[in-house]
Amino acid sequence: MVAGALLLPLVAVAWRAEGWGGLRVSDWGALWFTLWQAAVSAALSVLLAVPVARALARRRFPGRGAVVLLLGAPFILPVIVAVLGLVAVFGRSGVANTALGWLGVEPVSIYGWQGVILAHVFFNMPLGTRLILQGWLSLPGERLRLAASLGFDAGDTFRRLEWPMLRALVPGIFVVIFLICTTSFAVALALGGGPRATTVELAIYQAFRFDFDLSRAALLGALQLLIGGGAALLSLRLALPSGFGAGLDRVTPRWDSRGPGLRMQDGAAIGLACLFLLLPMALVLGGGVVHVAGLPGSVWLAALRSLLIALSAAILTTALAFVMALAVVTTRRGGWVEVAGTLSIAASPLVLGTGLYILLLPVANPVALALPVTAFVNVVLALPFALRALIPAMRDLHRDYGQLSASLGVTGFAWVRLVALPRLRRPAGFAAGLTAALAAGDLGVIALFASPDQATLPLVLYQLMGSYRMEDARAAAVLLVALSLGLFWLFERGGRHAAA
Amino acid sequence: MRSTIATALTLLASPALAQPLTVYAPDYFASEWGPGPAIEAAFEASCACEIEYVTGDVLPRLRLEGTRTRADVVIGLNTDDAEAARQTGLFAPHNVDVRGLTMPVDWTDATFVPFNWGHTAFVYDATQIDPPESFAALLDAPDDLRIAIQDPRTSVSGLALALWMHKVFGEDATEAWAALAPKVVTVTKGWSEAYGMFTEGEVDMVLSYTTSPAYHIIAEGDETKKAAIFPEGHYVMVETAGQIATTDQPELAQAFLDFILTEEFQSIIPEGNWSLPARLDPAKMPEGFAKLDLPETALIYDSAEAEALRDTVVAEFEAGLGR
Repeated sequence: MVAGALLLPLVAVAWRAEGWGGLRVSDWGALWFTLWQAAVSAALSVLLAVPVARALARRRFPGRGAVVLLLGAPFILPVIVAVLGLVAVFGRSGVANTALGWLGVEPVSIYGWQGVILAHVFFNMPLGTRLILQGWLSLPGERLRLAASLGFDAGDTFRRLEWPMLRALVPGIFVVIFLICTTSFAVALALGGGPRATTVELAIYQAFRFDFDLSRAALLGALQLLIGGGAALLSLRLALPSGFGAGLDRVTPRWDSRGPGLRMQDGAAIGLACLFLLLPMALVLGGGVVHVAGLPGSVWLAALRSLLIALSAAILTTALAFVMALAVVTTRRGGWVEVAGTLSIAASPLVLGTGLYILLLPVANPVALALPVTAFVNVVLALPFALRALIPAMRDLHRDYGQLSASLGVTGFAWVRLVALPRLRRPAGFAAGLTAALAAGDLGVIALFASPDQATLPLVLYQLMGSYRMEDARAAAVLLVALSLGLFWLFERGGRHAAA
Repeated sequence: MRSTIATALTLLASPALAQPLTVYAPDYFASEWGPGPAIEAAFEASCACEIEYVTGDVLPRLRLEGTRTRADVVIGLNTDDAEAARQTGLFAPHNVDVRGLTMPVDWTDATFVPFNWGHTAFVYDATQIDPPESFAALLDAPDDLRIAIQDPRTSVSGLALALWMHKVFGEDATEAWAALAPKVVTVTKGWSEAYGMFTEGEVDMVLSYTTSPAYHIIAEGDETKKAAIFPEGHYVMVETAGQIATTDQPELAQAFLDFILTEEFQSIIPEGNWSLPARLDPAKMPEGFAKLDLPETALIYDSAEAEALRDTVVAEFEAGLGR
């Protein structure tokens, strides 16, 4: 079904194309830039995420919950807000260059490939951190206890417990982030500094918007999916099962990491991550907080629409991911399901939206369906994240409780209620929260479809900026972040409470 | 139950009772903060009818829909877009008397009727820099002058700049881009990102319009934002409207096109769209507009020329800036 959802729109665009043109020379340049910047961005995001996730996993401190929550925020920021935030910190007159100036160091330019990668790490390191943190929290407490009683130090724990966990998790997370970075476009352009930073998605946009060369758009969209498919297959081969056996899912104190050196290391990791991720947001959003109350009613209505889209996308995605994760774990051809689920991240949103438009046009008024279509596209786009959270948990569940369930004859709905739900609540809550946050912040296809009375919050934000109203735009951004984070918090909290 | 669903679906699909006039418009135009709502109210008061805006990227949408389009009228296509729109064969003649336009260009297009225009320009903060006095001086300016522009491959204002450069520098346009390159801090997808960087103080100059300072003057009481005026002339973007030939409400569509050049419509443009109306007695312009610096010379390609030049000027941009 997911494969169909990805391929049908692509086929529809190609079918409307009337004949095939080839790719241009510049398209190959775009492909090369897309690939290498995505690989570097993803590698850096994951590398930086590991120490932060580890620090968050083994430290308990007041405000930890808030830090974990806020660290998720960059991922859901509208591109334009994130870009302005990064510029406020790393731009010419930004905080970083001002500080360097005091030290007598030449200013550093954010524009160029370094800016593209910086922005991608800013967006995706939080996602990496959250996904890896899920893995850390899934380490059975009993194992850590056992490790402590055997006198493991932090290094031993890492080798015996944490490394196998990372080995199982990181390839999938790397691929997800890699694929997000391959479809990036507005960020790459704004911080890339010019035509050298052309990505495939920009070539798709250009083919669609200006040349109306649908065959080229479809071809590039297919190319993007191929890259995604290749990367997803590769990650399946690289990932190894972790295999710890069952535990009781309790949060356990970490006896192995009490040394002052490790404390400092973790403190530094958390502190630097906070600084890097929160400062740009604070600078761009800070001015908007006071204007939130003054926003016109239409903005609040748009927020309500975004809320509805977010809720429906969250519920649908989690249900779908649950079924798919089950299929991945229990059926022989499960690997393909996993590839299909990862692939949807590489789908060009523009091709997806246009294809759906072409498909709907003969049967319905696409404008009337703008909101359901937006929710649907978000289900497809959020699925990979939900799967990344649910598949490892489902795998453990199947391995640890599969035989017991079978021998007790617990199947079907009873199995879902008694076995699966209680043990999957945490990842499921996380998946639902992430989907809701993403969907609330998605501009995506609504811009292609909507009539003015259907505007969502991100669209309103762009409208405000487009009519010079920067202050109101900031306030709308604050509202958007609050809405997204609020949804994320609620869903995740639901998941955690149920698990406790 | 089934009939309930059917009723609900019908309600969803047709929000209005009488059949409205469907007007395709860009997002900025029809949003609450654009001129669309005031124009809608004024027109509806005159015709006992209803307008329904459908927003989005107008041209690709028309091309996708072809003869299936639900549009009766399309507004917001500029001259650089118009030829491609004309080639869809969807449009009927506008039949509007276009004499007495307050635009610096002659209007002979029989398909599209102009409703507003503006010069492309580099906007700066007068408290921060002294602007270059000509386009040539801009190219020769020191490399620490920092400019944000929009990408001609994704943005209409970016495309206007590429056409502007071609008009001014002709065969040497690629060289001109190369001279501009060190000063171009970044090239954004759309106008909003670039203008945001300007208001945040990240760049000294931003590609925008000579009328942009009017917003700051009138809405914010801020007279420090100005447009740099170049004696070589400024490229003009004219936005237009046209009617779809296959509309099932030709009289209403024509009535809307006729409404476009009336004083009622035109007087909404200055502060609704922060641009210049196509036909309005200068005495009726809002006061703040008198404070704008406007160029003597207006440059423009007609829609056929602009369409024919598009690939050339994009290639000049890529070659000049990409090296």
